[in-house]
Amino acid sequence: MKCFRFLLPLLILVFIPACSPPETGSGTSPSESQTIENKGSDTIVNLALAWAERYQEIHPEVRISVTGGGSGTGIASLINGTVDVANASREMKPEEIESAEANGIKPVEFVIARDAIAIIVHLDNPVDKLTLGQISDIYSGKINNWKEIGGEDRPIVRLSRETNSGTHVYFLEEVVRLGEKGNQTLFSRDTLLLPSSEGISAEIRQNPNAIGYDGLGYVTEEMKVVAVAEDPEGRYVMPSAQSVNSGNYPIARNLYMYTNGEPAGVIEEYLNWIQSPPAQEIVTELGFVPIKP
Amino acid sequence: MDRDLNLGEMIITRLINIAGYSAIIFVGMIFYFLLREGLPTLNEVNFGNLVSNRWYPIEAYFGILPLLGGSLVITIGATLIAVPFGIGTAVYLAEIAPRWVREILKPLVEVLAGLPSVVLGFLGMLVLAPFLRKYLQLPTGLTAFTGSLLLGGMAIPTVVSVAEDAIDAVPKSYRDASLAIGATKWQTIWRVTLPAAKSGVTTAIMLGVGRAIGETMTVMMVSGNAPVLPGGIRALFKPARTMTATIAAEMGEVATGSVHYHVLFFIGMVLFLISLLINITASFVVFRQRQRQERILS
Repeated sequence: MKCFRFLLPLLILVFIPACSPPETGSGTSPSESQTIENKGSDTIVNLALAWAERYQEIHPEVRISVTGGGSGTGIASLINGTVDVANASREMKPEEIESAEANGIKPVEFVIARDAIAIIVHLDNPVDKLTLGQISDIYSGKINNWKEIGGEDRPIVRLSRETNSGTHVYFLEEVVRLGEKGNQTLFSRDTLLLPSSEGISAEIRQNPNAIGYDGLGYVTEEMKVVAVAEDPEGRYVMPSAQSVNSGNYPIARNLYMYTNGEPAGVIEEYLNWIQSPPAQEIVTELGFVPIKP
Repeated sequence: MDRDLNLGEMIITRLINIAGYSAIIFVGMIFYFLLREGLPTLNEVNFGNLVSNRWYPIEAYFGILPLLGGSLVITIGATLIAVPFGIGTAVYLAEIAPRWVREILKPLVEVLAGLPSVVLGFLGMLVLAPFLRKYLQLPTGLTAFTGSLLLGGMAIPTVVSVAEDAIDAVPKSYRDASLAIGATKWQTIWRVTLPAAKSGVTTAIMLGVGRAIGETMTVMMVSGNAPVLPGGIRALFKPARTMTATIAAEMGEVATGSVHYHVLFFIGMVLFLISLLINITASFVVFRQRQRQERILS
């Protein structure tokens, strides 16, 4: 008896809050500490965490919770009204904007940093430069052996992020399809779709057959970055802040944050701070490319 | 005083009743929810697309056959590993091992059952996959086989602990009778004890298979997730994508109510039906055996 009397209210306590609708308030309530929910791109997550930590040091009254999961995840959460700020390593698609508006959410876009996508291989792989066309042929399944592009006689194992990753979508459009509208090339069926950046680097570190791609911020000493040229006659360029800002490195993109409506209050202050020089310094520290002043 | 006791009794009986029925209600509600969210798929996606062999949801390719195939290959592989090892261990524990060995081993096996699947996945990704790539000369270690090995390992404790209980429950008189007519220990185990414990052992295998087909995290980390329709035995040594990993990897990205969202629930429905089928088959087998046994014993 005693046990049930204790259990029942406990069950109610557990279930009731779970049923209440998620709060979508933009953080303007006059409570003491204000919370910003920030979610999305795994490419941005480390940067967003670094920003959040620094910002909370300056403004202890603001609490910022940062989670990853992929650009698609962040945007879906914004559409479903569960986050204040969504991180995305690609622009929102028209159909995402549509479904957001259908949900009464008006996404506003901010460019917060730039990023180069590095093509990475195992340290022992002799291949050190590729053209965009070759990379496209590798990922669409036309090139299947490293010897076809000047490497050893080894099968190519293609690594990619999952389809919910903004990096995946960007790579599909700008590299696999070479940025051509109407090009319907797809990733080869046997491309390994790994759920995290760590999955890709773990495989690249130990597998000499593998080729992968990831944001420049995730590249470590234990893998080799390949120089990329736009076409066979072009110059092969290594990804770096300089080559991205000068426009020489061909696989670079903007990183975005999205809010619901024009931000106000703490969220506005936070986003303004992100675009300011001290926050953009952190961008450089983490291997990304700062937005031009 | 007396009435108080009766009232208490009544409430307890009711609560236990509710607890009993709640399982049925929950399963019913889950199935209803799956149907409601999954069935619109059949309207939104044409059937040819759904049974094609291309899964690329962001471009509206919704062929679920590669996922079904991936789950099947990995589950069969895991079963082939878990059943012999699991039942072998159970027989050893119940029939052969001295008491003290059994007292150490059984809790250890149960600890193994409690290992979080993420931890196993992590080990698989960093240790097992590179090892398999090197020694089996594979292009990559992230294959269906790697998934099968780990899932088999995860299913073994389930199989062992249920099968061991079943074997242990076989009356001693069966063994004594068998030994008395001159059968060896092995003959007794293989011809008498195991057949007598068949229904429990079947349940153990089915639970193990259920564990394997429903497992998500480990498979997602080690099997490479390439949606390729498996063809032949070689598919075991190539990357594969399971239904569970697909749902886990993609559910977070989809906007509620979109076509992709409905298709993911449809996959969930298929998965649910498969587990249901396994369970029904198992209980059917067990039921028939029990009837036969009763006939023989009476």
